[in-house]
Amino acid sequence: MSFLTIQSVSKSFGANTVVREFDLGVRKGEFVSFLGPSGCGKTTVLRMVAGFETPTSGTITIDGEDVTRVPANKRRIGMVFQAYALFPNLNVYDNVAFGLKVHGMDAAAIDRRVKDMLDMIALGHLADRYPYQMSGGQQQRVALARALAPQPRVLLLDEPLSALDAKIRVSLREDIRKIQRELGITTVFVTHDQEEALSISDRVIVMNKGRADQMGTPSEIYNRPKTRFVAEFVGTLNTFDARVADADTNRITLAGRDIALPSSNGVTLKTGETVTVALRPEAFHLEAERPDDVTLEGKVQHFGFHGSIIRARVAIEDRSISIDMFNQASFTMPAVGETIRLSFSPADALVLAA
Amino acid sequence: MKRLPAFPTLVVIAASLYFLVPLYATFDFSLRMERGVLSFAAYRDVFQSDTFISTLSFSAVASLVAILLGALIVVPTAYWVRLKLPRLRPLVEFLTLLPLIIPPVVLVFGYMRIYGNNSFLPLTTTDPGTNVLLVIGYTVLSLPYMFRAVDNGMAAIDIATLTEAAESLGASRFDIIRRVIFPNVRSAIMSGAFLTFSISLGEFVMASLLNRPAFGPYLVQMGQDYAYQPAALAIMAFAVTWASMALMQIFATRKPGQRFLPRLPRLSTFAPRSARP
Repeated sequence: MSFLTIQSVSKSFGANTVVREFDLGVRKGEFVSFLGPSGCGKTTVLRMVAGFETPTSGTITIDGEDVTRVPANKRRIGMVFQAYALFPNLNVYDNVAFGLKVHGMDAAAIDRRVKDMLDMIALGHLADRYPYQMSGGQQQRVALARALAPQPRVLLLDEPLSALDAKIRVSLREDIRKIQRELGITTVFVTHDQEEALSISDRVIVMNKGRADQMGTPSEIYNRPKTRFVAEFVGTLNTFDARVADADTNRITLAGRDIALPSSNGVTLKTGETVTVALRPEAFHLEAERPDDVTLEGKVQHFGFHGSIIRARVAIEDRSISIDMFNQASFTMPAVGETIRLSFSPADALVLAA
Repeated sequence: MKRLPAFPTLVVIAASLYFLVPLYATFDFSLRMERGVLSFAAYRDVFQSDTFISTLSFSAVASLVAILLGALIVVPTAYWVRLKLPRLRPLVEFLTLLPLIIPPVVLVFGYMRIYGNNSFLPLTTTDPGTNVLLVIGYTVLSLPYMFRAVDNGMAAIDIATLTEAAESLGASRFDIIRRVIFPNVRSAIMSGAFLTFSISLGEFVMASLLNRPAFGPYLVQMGQDYAYQPAALAIMAFAVTWASMALMQIFATRKPGQRFLPRLPRLSTFAPRSARP
């Protein structure tokens, strides 16, 4: 049974509907990410769970309690904001103690809890510092400790890593996941960064125009995108127009080759229609690996060396595609303009819904 | 060494002289009460006057109460306007500017008509009632300074996100204003407070028309009756204003946890180099 349930929730601001009939169930202890571009409604859904926005229609329940109209300060949720939102007048200790004091906890219990929280984020030695005396990463750790101190039922993370530099971002997201697993707290994370969402979530919800385009594990989202939007938003994608030769056997014609697809990726095919078939850059190889691999010929437009990865653009018929390969010391780079053969497995070809 | 530009330097010198020469002249005059010698006799005379002490105390208390009342009205108003009614901000700004446009004499006559003998709330018929009216008048006079200072203070911090952060931690609106908003705009309130204090301390029109024993009417009376003491009072009033400005600057630039004055080196830990092992 879901611990956090969002049922048929819509939200309009005047004539502008930003969330449409959104449904989601989050299990207790699950880490769920909302992934999508700016304006897709992901933050609005989070803010409705937090109680900062009221749904125009639909219900939100936490642990069986309908909280749709419950004020934010009565929901027992913890929230971490992109801009840290630490109270500038309070030092680290008092920031973490804030929620506990508001709940009227006694001083000794507050002291114990604050010290536990500061130990958890390994910032006990900075208890006397004020927010302006700390780095962004340190401030966000304190914000996390502050949100967790009152033992909320749900932890909401609103792009908490966006304002940090790349290195800190990676280490903090790993810390967030570790702490979340240790505490077993149900967590909803909002981000527009696909790598962040894919790397730390149990489940990713890709949002587009106020709706969930696809929900699934990070692997499902990346390897089996259901829609063109999901496929294009998550990772790089090469798309081809293909004609359905036989809908019953999933046979398509792509770049003059007859290909039997193992699956239609949930899309209903009709013989004779044109569909979009997608292939990830890493699906291509310079040599065929299996007998049923499909081989295409193309002209090298650009070869780029990126250390562990070699990234190339190759012209196949009238389109330019992107390919990624792992670097090997023995690898000889083809020259620009040279004709090469690219192979891919039919199993990696994804038919996309419109 | 870089040479100073001639014309701007001349302008600064001329402006400084325009400001400082009359001040020096007043100060010099205030020292000449005793024939043939420079002394602080005029200042001594002023300080020995019971009326000086009582009127100054009265005005100081009235100003402080006005500051408190102003902060209690302005902070929640500015907070609410920024948070929930941003479209009303121009209107509220305009309303707070009205005391600069409407002369105090109009305001005080309005009070006397509304709260006079025949009023449903005849405040002017008793001394405490009239004092309340004076404090309210000072509060109104302070609005342009108090609102602007507090509103700027709120602009410097992300009020909306701090409010949401506090709400998510379980704080009520009252808790948020008390524990988050007030402490974070304290320096802005202090700036507004010092401006209010320096303005209402010497305010004349309201205090005079409401017939209150305040410092403003006392200053005017002294100006009519004496020669040297008003000069001494003017210098003292000037000093109070500048002290207020200095305090305002200190409060406005101080960060939480920062000391007002830099920490002095601890002499006890000092040991001459030669004495060290």
